[in-house]
Amino acid sequence: MSKRVLLIEDEPNIIEAISFILSRAGWDVVTHSNGHDAIEAVQNRQPDVVILDVMLPGRSGYEILTDLRAQDETASLPVLMLTARGQTKDREMAERVGASLFMTKPFSNGEVLDAVNQLVGA
Amino acid sequence: MGSLNTIVGVSLVYVAFLFAVAFAAERAAKKGRGNWLNWPVVYTLSLSIYCTAWTFYGAVGYAARSGLEYLTIYIGPSLVLFGWWWGLRRMVRIGRTQRITSIADMISSRYGKSNFLAIAVTLLAVIGTTPYIALQLQSVTTSFAVFAGTGSDQVDLTATALWVAAGLAIFTILFGTRTLDSNERHYGVVMAIAVEAIVKLFALLAVGVFVVWGIADGPADILTRIESSEISTWQIKGGRWAGLIFLSAAALLCLPRMFQVMVVENENEDHLRTASWAFPAYLMIMSLFVVPIAVVGLDLLPAGSNPDLFVLTIPLATGNESLAMLSFLGGFSSATSMVIVASLALATMVSNHVVMPIWLSATGAGGASVSGDVRSVVIQSRRLSIAAVLVLGYLYYRLSGGGSALASIGLISFAGVAQFLPCLLGGIFWRGANRNGAIAGLAVGFILWAYCLLLPSFGTGTFLSAEVMENGLFGLAWLRPQALFGISGLDPLIHAVLWSISLNTFAFFVVSICGIPSPIERLQGAQFVNVFEHSSRAPTWTDGTAKSEDLMVMAQRILGAREAQRVFEREANRQGIPGLLPEPDADFLQVLERELAGSVGAATAHAMIGQIVGGASVSVQDLMAVANETAQIMEYSSQLEVKSDELSRTARQLGRANEKLLQVSDQKDEFLSQISHELRTPMTSIRAFSEILRDNDRLSNREKRKYSGIINTEAVRLTRLLDDLLDLSVLENGQITLDQGRASLREVIEASLDAALNHTEVKLKVIRSRRDEEIMLDTDLDRLSQVFINLIRNAQKYCDADQPELQIHTYESDGVVTVDFIDNGTPIPDGAQEIIFHKFSRVNPQKAGGAGLGLAICREVMHRLGGEVSYLPGQGSTAFRVTLPQQLKIAAQ
Amino acid sequence: MSTGRSMIFLERQTYRRRRLIDWIRMLPIIGLILWLVPLLWPVDGSGQVSTSDAVVYLFAVWFVLVVIKAISSTALARARRAEDAERGKPDQPEQN
Repeated sequence: MSKRVLLIEDEPNIIEAISFILSRAGWDVVTHSNGHDAIEAVQNRQPDVVILDVMLPGRSGYEILTDLRAQDETASLPVLMLTARGQTKDREMAERVGASLFMTKPFSNGEVLDAVNQLVGA
Repeated sequence: MGSLNTIVGVSLVYVAFLFAVAFAAERAAKKGRGNWLNWPVVYTLSLSIYCTAWTFYGAVGYAARSGLEYLTIYIGPSLVLFGWWWGLRRMVRIGRTQRITSIADMISSRYGKSNFLAIAVTLLAVIGTTPYIALQLQSVTTSFAVFAGTGSDQVDLTATALWVAAGLAIFTILFGTRTLDSNERHYGVVMAIAVEAIVKLFALLAVGVFVVWGIADGPADILTRIESSEISTWQIKGGRWAGLIFLSAAALLCLPRMFQVMVVENENEDHLRTASWAFPAYLMIMSLFVVPIAVVGLDLLPAGSNPDLFVLTIPLATGNESLAMLSFLGGFSSATSMVIVASLALATMVSNHVVMPIWLSATGAGGASVSGDVRSVVIQSRRLSIAAVLVLGYLYYRLSGGGSALASIGLISFAGVAQFLPCLLGGIFWRGANRNGAIAGLAVGFILWAYCLLLPSFGTGTFLSAEVMENGLFGLAWLRPQALFGISGLDPLIHAVLWSISLNTFAFFVVSICGIPSPIERLQGAQFVNVFEHSSRAPTWTDGTAKSEDLMVMAQRILGAREAQRVFEREANRQGIPGLLPEPDADFLQVLERELAGSVGAATAHAMIGQIVGGASVSVQDLMAVANETAQIMEYSSQLEVKSDELSRTARQLGRANEKLLQVSDQKDEFLSQISHELRTPMTSIRAFSEILRDNDRLSNREKRKYSGIINTEAVRLTRLLDDLLDLSVLENGQITLDQGRASLREVIEASLDAALNHTEVKLKVIRSRRDEEIMLDTDLDRLSQVFINLIRNAQKYCDADQPELQIHTYESDGVVTVDFIDNGTPIPDGAQEIIFHKFSRVNPQKAGGAGLGLAICREVMHRLGGEVSYLPGQGSTAFRVTLPQQLKIAAQ
Repeated sequence: MSTGRSMIFLERQTYRRRRLIDWIRMLPIIGLILWLVPLLWPVDGSGQVSTSDAVVYLFAVWFVLVVIKAISSTALARARRAEDAERGKPDQPEQN
């Protein structure tokens, strides 16, 4: 049984790209594209890894992650944060709310794959 | 019968002519070509509605019966006009500063905007005026009857009266309620009555000249004829002479129709100066030939003929059909102009003070701001009221049987409305006058008037039994209607006027000094009494919880969208705030209340704003101002007030500037991070798919095409973003050269619609008026088109209605062109209305189409073009307003 | 601001205008007195004033008042315009 990754991201083209890369590598990719009910999506889909964009409609990725960390069942879920804002304070913010890994767009395809693999391996 | 048909024909032609005059005047006023409408002579002529059919026919009869006493009716008003500097000037100024709509409004506004007083005055005015309207109907029908010939074919007089009443109602409704102007001026009506004033003067002069030089041998002969006629036995009755001068002077100030033409329709205070001599001159000329006509009539016509009709019967008896016809038109003019203005004035009062308050309370607390179109309610109620007033007049005519009871009704009516005098004059000269005093005075005055004059006038036995007349009410001798307190032997009219006015004044005075007026009354009192010293202060609203947008919605319903927006914009400018929504501070609320009062009356306007603001209308500060007020302090404090206004304005501006500076540094960070986000997002897709294409050899053709398509789209998006950023930066640094050209607004809008809507699937229905868009522009057409395209695309992208619609309204005034883009989607919430013009903000992040730079660019472009683009609140949907000068000034760059 | 209170010494023209206004204020009172004169006429006996004389008197008063009023109103308007022109002010409402 392949491992499942949940991609929470609002740009359709980026969803398409990441889904393509990860499913080629044998991942079961499910996607979600807004911030409002991202928490429910995580609970329903039971992913092994979450890829979470920061700038989402409705709620920011930081808020979602804070909530996820506050709940027992998702407190230790591996989360890879993606952001298009490349400033240091964004990275610091991500670390503070408990991101397992942080990555700035644009990224190379290999990087994403490595990061996800690293997260389940850990 | 032939002459009757002619007279009907002539009057119909005459009425058609009046319609044409009124219509032309309205058109001219609307097009701003009506300078002549503002001539003082028109104002003076409109005052001549004082001379009704009672003057035209009745004065001669009066002279035949009571000698020179008829002159008192015209001497009184002449004195009031001569003394304009004392009273009228004050009333007109108050009327203008407080935007008074009627005499009821004036009294209610002075006494704390009391609705009770407004209703009371309105009812009393209706009671006092109805018989007078009946009198006019009667005079018109009688003059018809004279032409029909006595005895022969009985003309159905009541039917004639009905037709006349109906015709007058139609005329008044057509020209009196066409618009709900904020200033309540009716150019068509005023012009028509000015024409009628000339006709009646000319007609009476013509008959007079005919009598003096045609029948008699000139003035000397007339004087000898006077001496030999029964008029020479006339002896002055001191009480009646002085009493009637007083009564007619009071009536001029208090009659609702006179108030309407003198105060409400006054266009320019200076006109009063002209009228102050021209109107007495008019009255003098009107009275000049009355005695000669009476004398000659008594001579010429068989004994027992009705002297009230001499003006008609002398020309007829001497075979002058055409002169009689002219005379008939004169009488017809006198009657119709009075009825038109009186019914208009009463209808304004009834709709503002009776119907509107009922409607407001019936539709519930939030009524004014939420439901229904108030404008149409006001206009409809005004129309119904006009019809109702005329129906009342007609019924009175029917019930009184058109008999002799009507003969003295003119003076009875005068005495009735004269009861307003104490509280009216007290209100504008005496600070101590208060609401309870006014109510007490009015009540006492009207009860006495009704008991001593009105009820007895119907004849003994109708309302008051012979028993009461003889022995007094309840058998108390001192309560005899015509000999109150045992003082008998007085003329009944003078008796009634004396007691009612003096006890009215006494009650008004005593109750006033015993009570303490409410704060709002004291403020209004100061405002009225010292109208010349400080024309600006009025009871103020405490800065409350009012929401500007609610006020806007309400104001638009009453003033009309354009006028309301103009007021709001002007006020926002005064406060130094960009856009259309001023802060709801006390000054603004006061200005708004006055504007509304011009349409619906002070009491209603006050109530409507009260509903929205919900706060008390008087602050501690205001109370202090009243308490400490002495002349010097007022002077000094009004200077301080100006200063402190300036200071608080400066402080507000500084605060705003400081806030801006703080925001700027935050914004710089935010801006960089936004640019980073906007650039990196498309790059992510480009990089990811180019790697996919590079690393995967076994992609299908379809996949390859799809992925390279995505790369292409994202690259285009990047380019567009960079273009926008460059454009914005160029605009912000002012380095652009504008490319000025000439085209009509219609062409620009059409080009923009083409560019924005072609090649898109989303159907957007566009509603516009090509005719309104025929405005020539001299500006940078491409840049303007860029703004329009952006606004149209926004409507197309973000409008969430099932059937999206976009209305484009355009108009031009004073060289400023306004274009409104109003769609039918959900309005943008309060807080976001300004933010959407910031860089990278999106109306709706769900539908992110661009980078959120569009409106920011629009704003910059419009600044370059010397104009503005702003969100237009209060439309119930998303709306944007673009304003720009018709002619771009190059120096502005 | 009310110029009436704050200034004691006025320009000649303004001073003249004030007196003109005083005159205008008095006119109705003069008119009232003249028109109440008939009350003083003897009611009977040989001194009785004839009706034709009364007509002539009342209308003469009327005519004279109208003429005087017209002249003084026009003078007031002219004075105001001259004053405004001198101060270079736009039309300002008159004050008491």
